[in-house]
Amino acid sequence: MYEYTEKIKEIATRLLQDKVVDGVIGFRKGTIPMVNNPVFIKHPEQVSQLYWDSWCGVNLANYLPKFQGKVAVVAKGCDSRSIVVLMMENQISRDQLYIIGVPCKGMLDRRKIWDAVGDRGRDVTDVQERDGVLVVAGRGFSLELERDKYLQDNCAICTHRNPVLYDELVGEMVTEQQVDRYEDIRAIEALPSEKRWEYFQKLVESCIRCYACRNACPFCYCPQCFVDESKPQWVGKTIDPTDTMTFHLLRAFHMAGRCTDCGSCERACPMGIKVRMFTKKLEKDVKELYGYEAGVQLGERPPLDTYRPDDPQEFIK
Amino acid sequence: MVKNPYKPYPVKIDEIIVETDDRNIRTFHLKFLNPEDEAAFRYFPGQFAEISVPGQGEIPIGIASSPTEKGYLKFTVNKAGKVTTYLHNMKPGDIIGVRGPLGNWYPWDKLEGSNVVIIGGGFAFTTLRSSIVYMLDPENRHKFGNITVVYGARNPGLLLYKEELFAWERRDDIVMHITVDATNDPNWKYNVGFVPAITKEKAPSSENAYAIVCGPPIMIKFTLPVLRELGFAPDRIITSLEMRMKCGIGMCGRCNIGTEYVCKDGPVFTFEQLSRLPNEY
Amino acid sequence: MSWLRLTQEGLTEWLRKFGKTHRLYGPVWTGSYHEFKLLQDPGEIDWNYRNTRLSPKSLFLPPAEKMFVYSLDPNDPERAILKEAPKDFTPRIIVGIRPCDAYALQLVDRNFITSQYQDPWWVNRRENTILVGYGCTDPCSTCFCSSVGSGPFDTRGLDVLVVNVDGGFAISFVSERGKELLRREPLGARALSESEERALQDKMAQAKAAMPKLWDEKAVASRPLLDIFNAPFWEEVQFSCINCGTCTFLCPTCWCFDIQDEVWKERGCRVRLWDSCMFPLFTLHASGHNPRSQKLQRVRQRFMHKLKYYVDKYGDGVACVGCGRCVQFCPVNIDIREVMRLMVSHCQCAL
Repeated sequence: MYEYTEKIKEIATRLLQDKVVDGVIGFRKGTIPMVNNPVFIKHPEQVSQLYWDSWCGVNLANYLPKFQGKVAVVAKGCDSRSIVVLMMENQISRDQLYIIGVPCKGMLDRRKIWDAVGDRGRDVTDVQERDGVLVVAGRGFSLELERDKYLQDNCAICTHRNPVLYDELVGEMVTEQQVDRYEDIRAIEALPSEKRWEYFQKLVESCIRCYACRNACPFCYCPQCFVDESKPQWVGKTIDPTDTMTFHLLRAFHMAGRCTDCGSCERACPMGIKVRMFTKKLEKDVKELYGYEAGVQLGERPPLDTYRPDDPQEFIK
Repeated sequence: MVKNPYKPYPVKIDEIIVETDDRNIRTFHLKFLNPEDEAAFRYFPGQFAEISVPGQGEIPIGIASSPTEKGYLKFTVNKAGKVTTYLHNMKPGDIIGVRGPLGNWYPWDKLEGSNVVIIGGGFAFTTLRSSIVYMLDPENRHKFGNITVVYGARNPGLLLYKEELFAWERRDDIVMHITVDATNDPNWKYNVGFVPAITKEKAPSSENAYAIVCGPPIMIKFTLPVLRELGFAPDRIITSLEMRMKCGIGMCGRCNIGTEYVCKDGPVFTFEQLSRLPNEY
Repeated sequence: MSWLRLTQEGLTEWLRKFGKTHRLYGPVWTGSYHEFKLLQDPGEIDWNYRNTRLSPKSLFLPPAEKMFVYSLDPNDPERAILKEAPKDFTPRIIVGIRPCDAYALQLVDRNFITSQYQDPWWVNRRENTILVGYGCTDPCSTCFCSSVGSGPFDTRGLDVLVVNVDGGFAISFVSERGKELLRREPLGARALSESEERALQDKMAQAKAAMPKLWDEKAVASRPLLDIFNAPFWEEVQFSCINCGTCTFLCPTCWCFDIQDEVWKERGCRVRLWDSCMFPLFTLHASGHNPRSQKLQRVRQRFMHKLKYYVDKYGDGVACVGCGRCVQFCPVNIDIREVMRLMVSHCQCAL
């Protein structure tokens, strides 16, 4: 996907020179391997910084809520769906946006690379990608890995790799995958209730309440998050297991019908917690109960927004 | 085992006085449960303490009583958030805690031998009351030159310490300019006008004088040019900053501005000092 | 410094001797990262480790701890009187702490131990903990300790230093407390031979030389604070920040904390917990006024505090030890090394 870099630069130059937008939100190459730095380019001279590779996992829609002025944003499939949801929630309007759509073959997960490199986290100093092969190198080692085995978990099961809303595409659309998104969720559903509780307790036991997951999410834009309320206080602020579980459970419920599984939450977590296990269950429930997928159809109101007389009711006891 | 600076002294609420018509500001008289705590709590006007409400939290409040007033501490608290709302609903006899005295104080060593101009607005008058009572004390009055006070609130009902203000106005060893922004009380016998305007009108002399200014940011913004026009240099204009605080002892980091901790290196600063700090207050 | 030589087994056996009087902590692999855990046996230490995910500051300033407990029962004569929560300050030995993290504890000491106030929990833990450091013969690409006044074999803050050599370790007893350990339990180890000592010095010199030179202490220290505060580059630095607490929580020199009261029926406690200047709530007044309501102000605050305010206030090195954790784990790759470059370049241009 390196050829996208040139196309992004070309589009950005054109948009800035013609003053179509005030700025372009994209990525520039990271200072360390396997991560890139979101950047806001305002002048054509700065366009050369723009860059694209398989480490552009951050959802740039996160920078859009309440943005002032006209802005171009580089968006993959999941990002574009997030933009659709943000538009429906009145956080940004369509005429403020110039969406540079990126048909995506999946972003890579550096934790999987670290596992592959082994030896308790050997220092990776360089990663190159060529034709589906990753060359991962550090001091005294070099490995060749098959790209498709190191996708981020959400990318491996992505069914919307192409942007659903865009002003211009940087490349040809890619074929969508036919894949079972909920295999792992069904496995957890099959567990008896105590085992499920144990599973989730273990999942969040290393949580340090840094809120990287919340802040990386484009839909966590509440001026005062529920965990920060004090009058009254809903949730304790410490790493107490009950409070921590409450935070993750409630945040997942706030994502119901909104989460587009961009994986930013999981990527951001410094402790490597698989927080998508919470949000995916809500996604599955919304799909099964209401037949709804977030952000795919502009104008389709989300189920928690609408009432239909035939809405499922068996869970109301 | 080092002394624990986070541990409050237990105090009992002795009396609660509602200061303002809107009932949002109350003065609390607190009495120490242990006499040795009271002996240890030696303070100067300008300092504050963390009032600890068990179950709710702590709040940094300027000490309104003067050290010349023995046997109790006086704090005037505005109902603003979670802890202050709970405190306002407490009753005499309830037990809370006080941690302090904290922070630095008005520069009494420099103020002695000088004229003192005090300018206050709204409910920022608490440590200024402490200062006035301190200076007017028979033991101390001779140490200071002329004392001039300009104090105003939005309307007469919102003035703090009304009875004391009117009593001071009648004294001849202090010049009081009490003012309100507006009033339709026909019996109001004092000034009507914003604090900066009244300060300009009454023009206290800057000759061998220090000015202590406490009030809402908007009042300070318009009072500063008046004081400078009257000849007060920035290192002779003193103020007390408000910040969100928790530990009050310069450790938790949240009141940090530049190199200073407002709770420990302040809250009293001159404007000359503030001019060298980032404008994050 | 004088060095003794021993095998890994020898070192492990020696550490075992302190098991009855001290709690031993060392780096252990959890399955996805290393963490300083209470050891049942020093054999659990993973000497291959690079650094822990969370810094060892969590052993001195835990993510959350009770300060006081109290009763709110109206019938309790002691109601509302705060009592110190019971603590366990059993002596500890932390084995395998990196020199940067140990030096960081000294930097944080300045905050918690002052002439006027001392934080009792920090002080007790520091006094009761012996630090056995592990030098870095192969620094990570994200490390930059030498640039900020520390180094891969910096002994400030350490009681004992252990370094990898061929076939085992070289160990040096640095402080009085470290030497006391040796007096208590002799090692029975020989000194390094001359050639071994030379090889060790070479190795250490190589490791130090491999570090980047990022910081111009004089240029930044001599600029007025407000000049750097108002510099134009902050606009660019702050854009991608998502204001989470990752950098502050992983950082060994970040110490900011919050104090909260938590109540369950009629029992309450006051807890101290990690907080971050990155959170908007950090400086929010009850009136609603927030001196750092903008993201730019918060981002700038963190870097200015670490790289300028601390230096101006204490007349000593930056409050950053170059451990590289924030560089590796910032979700959006805001790199403190980049910010340092921008600050230095701004200050040097002004000269």
